[in-house]
Amino acid sequence: MEIDNEVILNIAELAQLEVKDEAISKYADKLTAMLNLVEAMQTVNTDNIEPVSNPLDAIQVMRDDEVTEENLRDEYQAIAPEVDAGLYLVPRVVE
Amino acid sequence: MTDLHSKTIKEISADLEKGAYSSKELTCHFLERIERHEPNLNSFISTFPEQAIALAQQSDEKRKAGSSGALLGIPIAHKDIFCTKGQRTTAGSKMLENFVSPYDATVIENLNAAGTINIGKANMDEFAMGSSNEHSAYGNAQNPWDLARVPGGSSGGSAAAVSAGLCAAATGTDTGGSIRQPAAFCGVTGLKPTYGRISRYGIIAFASSLDQAGPITRTAEDAAIMLETMAGYDPKDSTSIKQPVPNYSANINDSIEGLRVGVCKEYFADGLDRDIEAAIQNAVKELEKLGAEISEISLPNTKHAVPAYYVIAPAECSANLSRYDGVRFGHRCEDPVDISDLIKRSRSEGFGDEVKSRIMAGTFALSAGYYDAYYRKAQQIRRLIKDDFLQVFNDVDLILGPTTPSPAFKIGEKSNDPVSMYLEDIYTISVNLAGLPAISVPAGMAHGLPVGMQLIGPYHSEAKILNAAHQFQQATDWHLKSPALAGADKTGGS
Repeated sequence: MEIDNEVILNIAELAQLEVKDEAISKYADKLTAMLNLVEAMQTVNTDNIEPVSNPLDAIQVMRDDEVTEENLRDEYQAIAPEVDAGLYLVPRVVE
Repeated sequence: MTDLHSKTIKEISADLEKGAYSSKELTCHFLERIERHEPNLNSFISTFPEQAIALAQQSDEKRKAGSSGALLGIPIAHKDIFCTKGQRTTAGSKMLENFVSPYDATVIENLNAAGTINIGKANMDEFAMGSSNEHSAYGNAQNPWDLARVPGGSSGGSAAAVSAGLCAAATGTDTGGSIRQPAAFCGVTGLKPTYGRISRYGIIAFASSLDQAGPITRTAEDAAIMLETMAGYDPKDSTSIKQPVPNYSANINDSIEGLRVGVCKEYFADGLDRDIEAAIQNAVKELEKLGAEISEISLPNTKHAVPAYYVIAPAECSANLSRYDGVRFGHRCEDPVDISDLIKRSRSEGFGDEVKSRIMAGTFALSAGYYDAYYRKAQQIRRLIKDDFLQVFNDVDLILGPTTPSPAFKIGEKSNDPVSMYLEDIYTISVNLAGLPAISVPAGMAHGLPVGMQLIGPYHSEAKILNAAHQFQQATDWHLKSPALAGADKTGGS
């Protein structure tokens, strides 16, 4: 399968990445090479095969709905790029 | 004191106990070696000399006050993917260049509690994506056996540091071979335990259904000592195994008479370096001499492992790495014009090319219209690979083969051909897809470079794997070989 420039721009948008014009074809080539590698999977018969999502086929464990973590907001916000009064700051979203 | 750096944890621990030297002296010895050899090796992203010496002093005082323990006062390195409280934790990425972790990973908590000395954070491929360390934003680590060659990856800094005698052991993580392949390339021992045996809490996520931490050490016996402390159920990791941690050293001295070892024929197909093949055949004979019963086995779906992995790992990474948005932590671009610009530009500036490629490949595989053809298909192939192993383990106790098809390659040799680098992981990747434990141990030399032998076992068979690896190391001396480093001191210790 060939990945063209339009597909790259669409994927980049979904992945929230900015791809500069001069880099588009580089990513197109690399993704094409990766897809050619994985294309070999299509020759394998997987009818009625249950997919593996956890290698041990473990199921999600539930626990009691109790507070187990203390509030460490100040510590976590100390490493944020920009905060004010306990809030994370981003550029204005609503005019 | 000149040969301290080639001692095992087991030996150091006995020396410390009888007072042959102190942890402080030992730590200073390693720090001195780091200072001397790091300009050539670049195996660390950060080191903490003052903190390490202070910790070593504390451990010496604890020992005087009656404390003991196999890891008390042992200087080790941590792959820079483990969050360490109050220290920069970069995951080899510019994205986390200024990220100081507010908490410790569970593995770090466990090892700190056992008294290990954190000597520094080891270099790695960015977000653990790579097999050569060339994808580190901090320059690639070099292979101590030949500085023009890669140490392997992604835990390349950890393996290089242990191999070069810059620390007694190191932690690593293994998503598709990232402990075993660098261990093989650098001539050290690397263990990837069963998926879920060691908590993933506080390990910067790459592909959550594959990621597993483990030790990189000089010997299998040291790996057993490290694993005993690293492993354990952790309520903070919902995939962590709720089973008690066995004493992995308890049966390590048992004979392997009658151990059924399967040699996987698909691992000796085209593409395997002839000298590596010869080394592994010799290792098979060695195990046979020790009483192992050797048979040939087949894992017919082996060839599908790399394709399935390069769907599953990128898909999971694209989801995991969506958290880097320039808002809560990590790199933020200058003067964003709006929220979309903030997120896109922060991500694009913070991530390197390989990471961006994998995020895009994963995003594509998960996107509408392609999910069944790629992600679901890969997860089904994963079942076939797992079933192959389960079938074979009805007849054998362990599976043996080379860890890598070729020895350490030259820096830059595969940079323009990422797919050929992906294929380097052909023997290790299927083990992660199935979630099995496996070890790489030094088993010979090819073209003057170390060769790794991989032993794969059924789920929860770490004790058996370590027993076989230890017995192999009792009969051979490949694990005792160390690289001749430039800048050797005049007393002969290099």
